[in-house]
Amino acid sequence: MNLTLRVWRQKGPQDKGRMVSYQVTDVSPDMSFLEMLDMLNERLTLEGEEPVAFDHDCREGICGACSMVINGTAHGPQKLTTTCQLHMRTFSDGDTIDIEPWRAKAFPVIKDLVVNRGAFDKIIQAGGFISAPTGSAPEAHSTPVPKADADEAFDAATCIACGACVAACPNGSGMLFTAAKITHLGLLPQGQPERDSRVVNMLAAHDEAGFGGCTNAGECTAVCPKGIPLTTIGRLNRDFIKASGKR
Amino acid sequence: MSLYTEGEPIRDTKAPDGPIETRWERRRFSAKLVNPANKRKMTVIVVGTGLAGGSAAATLGELGYHVKSYCYQDSPRRAHSIAAQGGINAAKNYRNDGDSVYRLFYDTVKGGDFRARESNVHRLAEVSVNIIDQAVAQGVPFAREYGGLLDTRSFGGTQVSRTFYARGQTGQQLLLGAYQALERQIAAGNVEMNARHEMLELIIVDGRARGIVVRDLVTGEITTEFADAVVLASGGYGNVFFLSTNAKGCNVTATWRAHRKGALFANPCYTQIHPTCIPQSGDHQSKLTLMSESLRNDGRVWVPKRAEDCGKPAADIPEDDRDYYLERIYPAFGNLVPRDIASRAAKNVCDEGRGVGPGGLGVYLDFADAIKRLGRPAVEAKYGNLFEMYERITGEDPYQVPMRIYPAVHYTMGGLWVDYDLQSTIPGLFVIGEANFSDHGANRLGASALMQGLADGYFVLPNTIGDYLATGSFEKVDAGHPAAIEARQQVEGRIAKLLSIKGDRTVDSFHRELGHIMWEYCGMERTEAGLTKAIELIRNLRDEFWQRVRVLGDGEGLNQALERAGRVADFFELAELMCIDALHREESCGGHFRAESQTPDGEAQRDDERFSYVAAWEYAGTGEPPVLRKEDLNFEYVHPSQRSYK
Repeated sequence: MNLTLRVWRQKGPQDKGRMVSYQVTDVSPDMSFLEMLDMLNERLTLEGEEPVAFDHDCREGICGACSMVINGTAHGPQKLTTTCQLHMRTFSDGDTIDIEPWRAKAFPVIKDLVVNRGAFDKIIQAGGFISAPTGSAPEAHSTPVPKADADEAFDAATCIACGACVAACPNGSGMLFTAAKITHLGLLPQGQPERDSRVVNMLAAHDEAGFGGCTNAGECTAVCPKGIPLTTIGRLNRDFIKASGKR
Repeated sequence: MSLYTEGEPIRDTKAPDGPIETRWERRRFSAKLVNPANKRKMTVIVVGTGLAGGSAAATLGELGYHVKSYCYQDSPRRAHSIAAQGGINAAKNYRNDGDSVYRLFYDTVKGGDFRARESNVHRLAEVSVNIIDQAVAQGVPFAREYGGLLDTRSFGGTQVSRTFYARGQTGQQLLLGAYQALERQIAAGNVEMNARHEMLELIIVDGRARGIVVRDLVTGEITTEFADAVVLASGGYGNVFFLSTNAKGCNVTATWRAHRKGALFANPCYTQIHPTCIPQSGDHQSKLTLMSESLRNDGRVWVPKRAEDCGKPAADIPEDDRDYYLERIYPAFGNLVPRDIASRAAKNVCDEGRGVGPGGLGVYLDFADAIKRLGRPAVEAKYGNLFEMYERITGEDPYQVPMRIYPAVHYTMGGLWVDYDLQSTIPGLFVIGEANFSDHGANRLGASALMQGLADGYFVLPNTIGDYLATGSFEKVDAGHPAAIEARQQVEGRIAKLLSIKGDRTVDSFHRELGHIMWEYCGMERTEAGLTKAIELIRNLRDEFWQRVRVLGDGEGLNQALERAGRVADFFELAELMCIDALHREESCGGHFRAESQTPDGEAQRDDERFSYVAAWEYAGTGEPPVLRKEDLNFEYVHPSQRSYK
């Protein structure tokens, strides 16, 4: 396959940045999207042009590092798929592909396609945990958890913090990410003691980090590679109202 | 010049003797304690935030130490432990199926092919039960039964059901538990987190590890950081093979730099090759993806009996023309033989020209019988997510055509030598998780890596490091100390050198070529001639690297090619040591098969008379042959026997 790529190039946080076109030839349909970019970078290096910087690590869809808006969609055209798991057979010979970084106030661009997602860690710091210092744990079977609750908690816990939800949201909101953690911990008996303070503190950290508010656009769940449902946000809102009422 | 010299033997002086089941308790009691008021004044550096590093940093923070944590990823939550699929072993005996701490200990020593330390493995089995309690308390959503209790499964050829799991994402869920505990300590001010930072050198003052040189990967700034002790939890070195199931960023730099400064590197040739990975689809391949070993519970492995059938679609090959070779050679275990056996058998049939798929490097893993027997819905319920993942990568539907699999490098059992306290040969330098030479011997059993990482980080290191720190406090060191200045200059010099070569080959082209050499000669099967040749090839390629590598840009900001170049430079040195270690170990054991050492029927032949020891290598200087220091292994409880799966 031969393709035209239009890639966002930005030297650093202060640079304005622009789209740059590259032709890539002999792309195999079996290549992953990132392998196609590796190939471009090899060529650019030999031609004396700095390779395109992008975040990636595990390349198997679980670390959450890769983060590209492909043809206007976070992680590209395939549902429930991270950029690293997207393969070139999804595209056709002669296609033009636009590749951009996540764009959100809370995720400033560092270089080219690399952004700073440290704001997510700040939200977790505010309460995305259960306080259980090492050594303090009771015997694991002392608290049975209904299977349905455990399964639903697990579904929410599969979030990989890639940030696609934020990139897709017209408000740049991090609500789906926050709600996934609230849901995961709030469904488990171990998470009950801190349930009220967790939601209040995490939401405060969310707003402080520069994420926008949620207006139920639903774009977040549409691009989420792990399929975190919008119902988690409903749960977050209910928890928040309940917790606020107690104050 | 000979390839290595032999030095004084080495001994682990920290493990208590006496009854094995009380050794850990007695060591904890004999270890000195640090006064709680003094903990606040002590700083510990932890490099890496995977299961071992994340859990250690969180726990040390909880204990009251001041912790400085570093990772190269943009968040500690992305460390490669996150990709572990299968599960975590623990001797809970919830199934009442005869499991016990002793049985887990026994299985692990035997599974490691009698090349691990009994004391360490027993401790691992003891604390395994605490890990499950700890993770559940943190909210790790393990699989549960309808009654609400934890589910377990049997895994990787064990006969008891002791593996706890969270669907196919056990590593992710355990890591998030550790990560959340770590973030809690960051919020509390006990841990100072430095993401997108890479350790490039160790700082030693008066014989003690006192700090590290790090590069801020975003700004390019190089700084010296100091502490009372340094903990390396930087993972394994599987990426020396270029293609592996490791994340692209996994590297050996932190441990290799420490090795060059005096820490012994033990058993570098012990690597684990996982049998069920998706085969390479072409030369563009950048990494390999593991398919959970659990697939072998229901899938049948086969290749065509005749090489000329390999090009045909699987469906056109009649039953009689298929060779279900694992079932044929190992009737007792069949498709469930341990990882090393399954991997080598796949290589053998492909070497005979009977492999399938691109390049003939693949064997079928066929679910047709399972679908017939159980029905598609049942297969879907068990393996649905894996089948989807396979289809996403290969474009083939495994419900219709058999999967193709091939072995790939997955884990490295070798690493920095540590004593029972997890301290390296450099006082004050501790090494945990996959980065140390660990508890797995020559072969790691399934669901043991998560157990070891968390055992080290949550329960072992936080106890043993106190014994060292209690001998402090140590003299204050700052950036102006001659040792710090020297280490910093070494780092700056290397970076300047890499940028100044301005050659005509990319970093990746060198890395790929190195990987080919390692896979060919130091992979699943090794020979004296092959290893000797590999050492020469590696040396030549390394020289070429330093003449011809091209790294564009500068050191003043994010430069991913520069990061990779430094890591590949260290892989070259490690690769040579791996080959020397493999060459000297003239026996087949665990994950590695030495062609000259096999039984009459072609199985691995261990040589306990000559090789029942840990090979710990001492760095002797650039261009000097390394020094072999042997630690004898004694088996008081589990007596070495030949493994047989026939």
